[in-house]
Amino acid sequence: MSNSSLLLDDPGWVIALKGLLIFVLCVVLTLLSVWGERRIVARMQMRLGPNRVGPFGIVQALADGVKLALKEDIIPKAADRAVFILAPIISATTCFMAFAVIPMTGKVNFFGEETVMQLTDLPVGVLYVLATASIGVYGIVLAGWSSGSTYPLLGGLRSSAQVISYEIAMGLSFVGVFIYAGSMSTGDIIASQSTWWNVVVLFPSFAIYVISMVGETNRAPFDLAEAEGELVGGFHTEYSSLKFALFFLAEYVNIIAVSALATTLFLGGPSAPPGLGFTSDWLGGWFSFIWFFLKVFGFFFFFVWLRGTLPRLRYDQFMKFGWKVLIPVNVAWILVVATLRLMTQQGASQFMIAAFTGGVVLAVLFAMSVYDSTKKKAEERSRYVGEMPEPSFPVPALPSIKKADE
Amino acid sequence: MSEFHLEPKRSDAIEKAAESAVPVFGQEPASFFKQLKGFWVTFSTMFKKPNTIEYPEVKPEVQPRFHGRHQLNRYEDGLEKCIGCELCAWACPADAIYVEGENNTEENRMSPGERHAKVYQINYLRCIFCGLCIEACPTRALTMTNEYEIADDKREKLIWEKEDLLAPLRNGMLMPPHPMYPGSDHHNYYRGEIKESHPSQEVNK
Repeated sequence: MSNSSLLLDDPGWVIALKGLLIFVLCVVLTLLSVWGERRIVARMQMRLGPNRVGPFGIVQALADGVKLALKEDIIPKAADRAVFILAPIISATTCFMAFAVIPMTGKVNFFGEETVMQLTDLPVGVLYVLATASIGVYGIVLAGWSSGSTYPLLGGLRSSAQVISYEIAMGLSFVGVFIYAGSMSTGDIIASQSTWWNVVVLFPSFAIYVISMVGETNRAPFDLAEAEGELVGGFHTEYSSLKFALFFLAEYVNIIAVSALATTLFLGGPSAPPGLGFTSDWLGGWFSFIWFFLKVFGFFFFFVWLRGTLPRLRYDQFMKFGWKVLIPVNVAWILVVATLRLMTQQGASQFMIAAFTGGVVLAVLFAMSVYDSTKKKAEERSRYVGEMPEPSFPVPALPSIKKADE
Repeated sequence: MSEFHLEPKRSDAIEKAAESAVPVFGQEPASFFKQLKGFWVTFSTMFKKPNTIEYPEVKPEVQPRFHGRHQLNRYEDGLEKCIGCELCAWACPADAIYVEGENNTEENRMSPGERHAKVYQINYLRCIFCGLCIEACPTRALTMTNEYEIADDKREKLIWEKEDLLAPLRNGMLMPPHPMYPGSDHHNYYRGEIKESHPSQEVNK
């Protein structure tokens, strides 16, 4: 039975309770992930991280949140008051919405009701996630604009340009999944991964999604919108108190949301890893919840690991990478996936499919070698300074210059 | 006027430097897999012992000559070493020390010799712990301890008075004012010949 039919007969109180649970889960996970991130990054830098409030400092994030909420709320004189107040609300509300379509368990017994831990299963569920993410950009743009200040405006513009351009790469990496699953509903996509997870079948899509999800959430090494050295705090420079806390919350809920989406689309969602399928019936199906969150935490750790390792990209490099690498590669990959899919659907022979795959691999290798050699030649040409008369005064040898004909 | 031809001074230093310099071959980044090494660095660091010293619980041992807070020392019979000369105050680059001297009398003898400090203040809001005052002190009255927890919550509390700075009375020391060791003068004190207090010094009490 598919997720959508299981969810169809949910009574109202189950839906309301699930909605509340998802909200509480997101907030608690935010608190835990702020703490977890600080602890992990600290260990990567040979520090201890927050360890004062509560056991292992686990309620540090909560204490910080309370402190933020109690601080003075400043609205700059130059700010557009209504929009200034609206922006963090937009950011903080849209980020929760993505969770409505994420299935967090397999089939479970929810207080006597056969259902899955998923609020609703839209036939266009993944598009819905993209749509809510796009609305979330409004929060950032409006925050930057309404602050009435230079750096927030620059940060807001950067951030929105970044989110919008990486959303294209992100959306394109979904297309491979859609073609493969034949559906845009999250439940069906998970069902389609029962034999092989998409991370194996559609690895290029997965790789591009993972890169673009970091760009989408404005996280290091793509955190140009909050580049402290250049833009003070980016779009939230002028924000304080609870409004700042809302942006903070939105950022971390977004991280968890994109991780959950990656889990759903590429790692089989709440299904157990291969070889551990017998665990799916444990605790009346609730054990799948643990699998789901182990995968989400894996992605979260990856986020933190990136932050601990990589320096921030320059803005033009970042945009170039998004538009000139991720998107074209993604389009080419979609072409290959679509052709392979069509061939299998129309009953092409094994030989034909193998020949096509081999042809694609050869074409890629050829293109790469041509690219490499032209790049090498161009570099040599750029180093060649040309024939010059021998100078009449002593000059040091230019170290890196080699003659083109050598 | 003859033609004046200026020949540039020839030196082979530049050619020599160019020969011995390490040539830079290209500016291209390292290969993809080499770049991934950074991920291993951060990952493996997670399992190393952190360098953090958990300060309020674990107090780090400082070096023996650490410049901590000051102390005004005493002779072995309890008389103060400070003679109120103000050399420390003059040496202080931050103007953190204030001294007011006073003559010693037979009734009020705080130190051997002529004078003692009536007022001695160190302002720890100004002190930079350079130790120049210690170098300036002619009687080794002022030294620095290893104590570094001086922070406080009021500016007034950070001006330390003479009572706060004076070394505690150890065994065999008598609280001044009291007369000098019988049969000695200040030279005996300065030469370190006074090893303990004498019962007769207690008369003033």
